[in-house]
Amino acid sequence: MEHRVRRILSVAALLSMWMLTTAAAALAGEEEFTQAISAIATASSYSEKDAAATAIAASANPRAETVLGAMLKGELYTRNSDSRVVTVTDAADGFAVLDATTGEDLGTASTSDVSRVTVNNALRTSLRGLLATLKLHHTDPKQRVAAIREVGESGDLEMRQTLTDLLATEQDSDVRGAIDTAVATLNLDSTEPAERLAAIERVGGVVNGLTRTKMSALAANESVDEETRTAARRALIDIERRVAVYDVVQTAFFGLSLGSILVLAAIGLSVTFGIMGVINMAHGELMMLGAYTTYVVQQLMPNALGASLFVAMPAAFLVAGLVGVAIERGIVRRLYGRPLETLLATFGVSLVLQQAVRTIFSPLNRSVVTPAWLSGSIELTPGLDITLNRLYILLFSLLVFGALLLVLKRTRLGLEMRAVTQNRAMAAAMGIRTDRVDMLTFGLGAGIAGLAGVALSQVTNVGPNLGQAYIVDSFMVVVFGGVGNLWGTLVSGLSLGVASKLIEPAAGAVMAKIFVLVFLIVFIQKRPRGLFPQKGRAAEA
Amino acid sequence: MLTKRWPDHDRGGYVLLGVLAVLAVVVPVANLAIPDGSPLHLSTFMVTLLGKYLCYALLALALDLVWGYVGILSLGHGAFFALGGYAMGMYLMRQIGARGVYGNADLPDFMVFLNWDTLPWYWHGFDTFWFALAMVVLVPGLLAFVFGWLAFRSRVAGVYLSIITQALTYALMLAFFRNEMGFGGNNGLTDFKELLGFDLQSDKTRVALFLTSTAALALGYLACRYVVTSRLGRVVAAIRDAEDRVRFVGFRTHHFKVWVFTLSAVLCGIAGALYVPQVGIINPNEFQPLNSIELVVWVAVGGRGTLYGAALGAAVVNYAKSTFTALLPEVWLFVLGTLFVLVTIALPRGLVGIAARFKRSQHA
Repeated sequence: MEHRVRRILSVAALLSMWMLTTAAAALAGEEEFTQAISAIATASSYSEKDAAATAIAASANPRAETVLGAMLKGELYTRNSDSRVVTVTDAADGFAVLDATTGEDLGTASTSDVSRVTVNNALRTSLRGLLATLKLHHTDPKQRVAAIREVGESGDLEMRQTLTDLLATEQDSDVRGAIDTAVATLNLDSTEPAERLAAIERVGGVVNGLTRTKMSALAANESVDEETRTAARRALIDIERRVAVYDVVQTAFFGLSLGSILVLAAIGLSVTFGIMGVINMAHGELMMLGAYTTYVVQQLMPNALGASLFVAMPAAFLVAGLVGVAIERGIVRRLYGRPLETLLATFGVSLVLQQAVRTIFSPLNRSVVTPAWLSGSIELTPGLDITLNRLYILLFSLLVFGALLLVLKRTRLGLEMRAVTQNRAMAAAMGIRTDRVDMLTFGLGAGIAGLAGVALSQVTNVGPNLGQAYIVDSFMVVVFGGVGNLWGTLVSGLSLGVASKLIEPAAGAVMAKIFVLVFLIVFIQKRPRGLFPQKGRAAEA
Repeated sequence: MLTKRWPDHDRGGYVLLGVLAVLAVVVPVANLAIPDGSPLHLSTFMVTLLGKYLCYALLALALDLVWGYVGILSLGHGAFFALGGYAMGMYLMRQIGARGVYGNADLPDFMVFLNWDTLPWYWHGFDTFWFALAMVVLVPGLLAFVFGWLAFRSRVAGVYLSIITQALTYALMLAFFRNEMGFGGNNGLTDFKELLGFDLQSDKTRVALFLTSTAALALGYLACRYVVTSRLGRVVAAIRDAEDRVRFVGFRTHHFKVWVFTLSAVLCGIAGALYVPQVGIINPNEFQPLNSIELVVWVAVGGRGTLYGAALGAAVVNYAKSTFTALLPEVWLFVLGTLFVLVTIALPRGLVGIAARFKRSQHA
């Protein structure tokens, strides 16, 4: 142990020096690296290999990490013909071989052409240490922070010195903070009461599983002095309080995110059902079309996945909108004033669309790629992560909502739509072409369904049943919010989302859904016109 | 049209009853008396298939009663059918006794599989046939009564009602999919052995079930006919056409609606109970909203508001479904979807309407 620590320290010292040296020294490093690699080929004992590995790490060559990693995994070999050191990966016929020093591709080799550089457990341990040290000096600050955190959680008290030494050269304030936290986390295991106490103060507010376990262990440990135990207990209470708060925030966020998906799904329906009074059972399938449009767009531009969503949005709006216009012209138009028949006919359309997609794209789910800028999550504080795609969908649904509101309140089309809704005959008498307005309104609702499909393709499977899964929910949202009221749809979608996420931990996802459905069935009895019923003349239409 | 209780010109009804009477004689003879090799022999598979269609016809009849005569478009009638089916399935499950895979006489197989020790309270009593029969009627009836009472009293009507009935069957589907509910989860109830001691696989039992279905459909038709031609039936038709006026005249319209809705649900329950022993399985898929909507199409295809038209529609659409799913499974949904559209736009009175138009043009 002693020996290992000293060696790691010396490597660290060398590395720090290297970071300050010039190109000439780097050239020397290159030479050392090459020498150390060939030393591996000739090494006859594990201690010689250990020395060679240390030299590789100390050379600070950019390939050092790859080589040591390969050595640890048993993927470092020497070639029997010229004892050149190579890294290998499994290929179809034997091994794919790369030169260890340069990374040059040496083609493939059969298993008998090469022999493995063997490692034993002691060597593995020291390799791990070397790799960790290398990572601590990575050029990317984020990688450094990750490595430092890992060291902090390793419970290896010997590493404290290594970490503190890093402070001497480290400039980045995030990394410096991470070092402090890591040292303090390690110090929780210290036998020095003063160090331990300081550590508790330092990491008391850091919410993660490790500090929590350590704190509760300290608080329960009889052999530790009373002061430390009290501090640990206090820190534990603090951590638990924070966790509780984060849980609430997390649940609320999940709820809002589910709610925003519901709003997206329902908002187009709110236009066709709410404003026109037409039950469009094919609404879910229009969303499905939007999702499939996203898939097709991604297939067409495989090299620009990041931008594909921005192409998919207008495309989905158009595709779904045009199909919507066709449905209105062909079917809905003939059935105005007969809502139940409209319901049946559009349901027929939904079956045809589903089967069409099944025939064209196969019944299997298609995979839509999540672009890099949409994946991952941001960490608000340790212990509280927000997934990016859900955040963006929340913003997107608010954006769509705002845009729709603008169209309805600020454009001529919106004005005409509202006029036709309130009094069709009067609107026609004033010169509004009501049939054209009907067509465009239906197309608008359908287009928004297409946009919802783009968003859905990022969170659920894109398959022929995508629409069916949302149709009942979206009708519930519209009815709950009050037909013909966009704000009602927004409020009801978000609140239903939050409500089901709140029930979920206690009752499970399925029961939560059942509760929500039963609640809605009962709610409709009490307020048949929804949360925010329309008032005035429009209500009688 | 509704003036006489047994109007002479209910020709469709007479045809339906006549067809049922013929089936009740021909099918047993063709299956049991005519030997296997003869071209006139009817296979047991066909007997069961016909029996299934009869159950569907009864279901369609029940929906037509509420949709055609009260104007309530229920998108959740499949739920009552499935509940009746589950009540019968629970009885059949208890009849398996110790012959299950685990050989446990006290618990159905799936409960043994879930490591349950005792029978849940709501399974008690289902080992007696009469209790199960009572439940077949009571469970759907009670649910329909409570649901209808709540909905009609608060004057939930039209599209809103359709959507909450859909929510009802959707919620029930989700609930029955859960293993914890104690109804077999995904797999539902199956592997039935015998009914009242008769082997469910034997030809004679199948024929008996077929005859029972025939009788149920005939009686169901007569009951519905009786209801729609009674005084209550006239009030109900008035409610369909102008509920507000009927209310102003002094009728409590929701009482009438609840009554008919409950009756319809009971008929659905009976149809489900006859369906389950014939097909040998009941699972939560029967609660799917799609099934209930398909049911609406049967009625629309046959001709809404005629009762016998509903039975005709159920038979025709299901025959088409069996044929298409066997020959061209890909095409069936296209056909069904187009049928929805065509019937609503071009054939508002269904097949019965075509027949009537044809007859009128002959008279002219």
